[in-house]
Amino acid sequence: MLTAKLIVRLFHSAAKIQRKRMILTLTAIAWGTIAIILLLSFGEGLKRSMDQGRRGLGDSLVILWMGETEKAYAGLPAGRPIRLVPDDVELVLKSVPEIASASGEMHNWNVQLVNGRKALNKLVVGVHPAYGELRTSYPQPGGRYIDELDQRLKRRVVFLGNELAKDLFGTEDPVGKTLLVADMPFTVIGVLQKKRQMGMYGGPDSDRATIPLSTFEAMFGRRYLSNFIYKPVTDDLTPVAKRRLMEVLGAKYRFDPADTRALYFWDTIENTKVFSNMMIGIEIFLGVIGALTMIIGGVGVANIMFAAVTHRTREIGVQMALGARRVYITGALVLESLALTFLGGIFGIGVGAAIVQALAAVQERAKSEAMEFLGQPTISIPIAVTTVTLLGLIGLVAGYFPARRAVSVEPAVALRYE
Amino acid sequence: MFGNGRKKNGGTPGGGNGALMELKGIRKIYDTGAVKVEALRGLDLAVEGNEFLAIVGPSGSGKSTLMNIIGCLDTATEGSYRLRGEQVAGLTIDRLAEIRNKRVGFVFQNFNLLPQLTAFENVELPLLFKGTPARQRRERVELLFEQVGLSDRMLHRPVELSGGEMQRVAIARALACEPDIILADEPTGNLDTTSGRDIIGMFEDLWRKGHTLVLITHDPAIARRARRIVNVQDGTVVSDEAVA
Repeated sequence: MLTAKLIVRLFHSAAKIQRKRMILTLTAIAWGTIAIILLLSFGEGLKRSMDQGRRGLGDSLVILWMGETEKAYAGLPAGRPIRLVPDDVELVLKSVPEIASASGEMHNWNVQLVNGRKALNKLVVGVHPAYGELRTSYPQPGGRYIDELDQRLKRRVVFLGNELAKDLFGTEDPVGKTLLVADMPFTVIGVLQKKRQMGMYGGPDSDRATIPLSTFEAMFGRRYLSNFIYKPVTDDLTPVAKRRLMEVLGAKYRFDPADTRALYFWDTIENTKVFSNMMIGIEIFLGVIGALTMIIGGVGVANIMFAAVTHRTREIGVQMALGARRVYITGALVLESLALTFLGGIFGIGVGAAIVQALAAVQERAKSEAMEFLGQPTISIPIAVTTVTLLGLIGLVAGYFPARRAVSVEPAVALRYE
Repeated sequence: MFGNGRKKNGGTPGGGNGALMELKGIRKIYDTGAVKVEALRGLDLAVEGNEFLAIVGPSGSGKSTLMNIIGCLDTATEGSYRLRGEQVAGLTIDRLAEIRNKRVGFVFQNFNLLPQLTAFENVELPLLFKGTPARQRRERVELLFEQVGLSDRMLHRPVELSGGEMQRVAIARALACEPDIILADEPTGNLDTTSGRDIIGMFEDLWRKGHTLVLITHDPAIARRARRIVNVQDGTVVSDEAVA
């Protein structure tokens, strides 16, 4: 307490001696701070945008396709195709407690969709009601997704992708309207909420029509699923769930549960881990570039502090003669260096935050897809903490070395200094 | 903050052999790389409590080096220096700072007041270093200003004071922590005759009140005001006599 007060009184700002150099140094620190804030904010924006896009496919989702056996099993030869049916979804849910939710999926490409005089050929998929939640396909307000009743009663209801709805209905609200799907009248029950989707198979969700799986089977006379999606109870259970699923289906279709070619898995949970590690790498890289810029400012601060130490050699000598311990001298210089650094830093944080806000506003208005992909630059708490910590470290180092030199001089020598 | 709980009783040193300050065989060698300069060559000096001592000698005689060693601003290359019985040689830098703070009061030729502080703050500084609480500090500083007769100038900055006033502030500062010795290096060197005479008068008063003073000067007239004159030449004491 006492020390801090004394230090403040003893040392006036270095500004008095070297105003011009100080302004340049403060600018350098501010510039470094702006750089680090911008880089990290863009990194954060990109990460959030990518994360959102990844989630567009589904959160913690595993997708599997049917293959052919590679190993002979139970007296059956290799090379048998394995084909799943809609009932397998129920079987898996019943037999594998590690799986929280699952849905079958059937695809029919090039189905004609007609609204009045507008006709388009699009992908139509048949799904279980759980599909909407699994694939983060939520209805816009005023609509709904396919439910159990639709599935049980084989209702002719259709859920439209948002782009598809726009193409077919324009600005009109499609919910409740009738749409001809392969010449059969369907009621539109909902429109997909706009989402960014990075991972996909069979085109984006925004450009397809979705109907109940039971209706799909009856209409198109299909028996086999195109693919099967599920979500484990927790991400950790993914390997167990996969093994149990192979055992259950292997028993039913008589293939070796270790046969990797019988069913193909796309484990997006594994992808997520790789992806998040990659993003951490990118953020560290951006942070290091920003930090290097800031260090240039730190060199300026150290330079000023060295000059201040030289300038005040005699004053420091007087203080030592009067009995100042080393910590008083070094403490004062380090505090001063910190003050200088943070002065520049606060300026940089202010300007950096303002730029980020402005860019975010511009980006929101811009419709370009590239800009959308880049995401909105975002300042997060970790970014603020990183920046302030770096500033503190730079201030400490920039003050420490000049301070060490200040106290290394013998008081008798310092007193004689002119 | 400071203090080691071993503070010895103040006043004059007790016993016949316990001089306040005792230097034995002090050598100081400045090694500038190419040349070695021996500033002090086995110097002996003992000072009792309440002495008024002048150290004289021509420039280059080693008297400044001697003052630095007495004031613990510098350490001897060789020899023993006891201050109130405590061996100073080999102490840590911070312990030396503590000794300077509590035992030695400095008065310099060029005053060495800190220009950005007021006169009051300059005198307060050693008390701050010592860790004296604020109220006691204030009382002590005010008393000191009264003693040097500058109570009305306490809040002035050094540039607003005359040379004589600055030196009186410096004396107040030297007295702040009640040191064992007051060490004055050419205290009148930068003053006009009248102010110089005032300052020497002030030193005599301090001596009469029981302080120990060591005055470094090259001016014989000033040296004669002391009670003992030590003449240093070529790094040794060549004469040491009491003033009649």
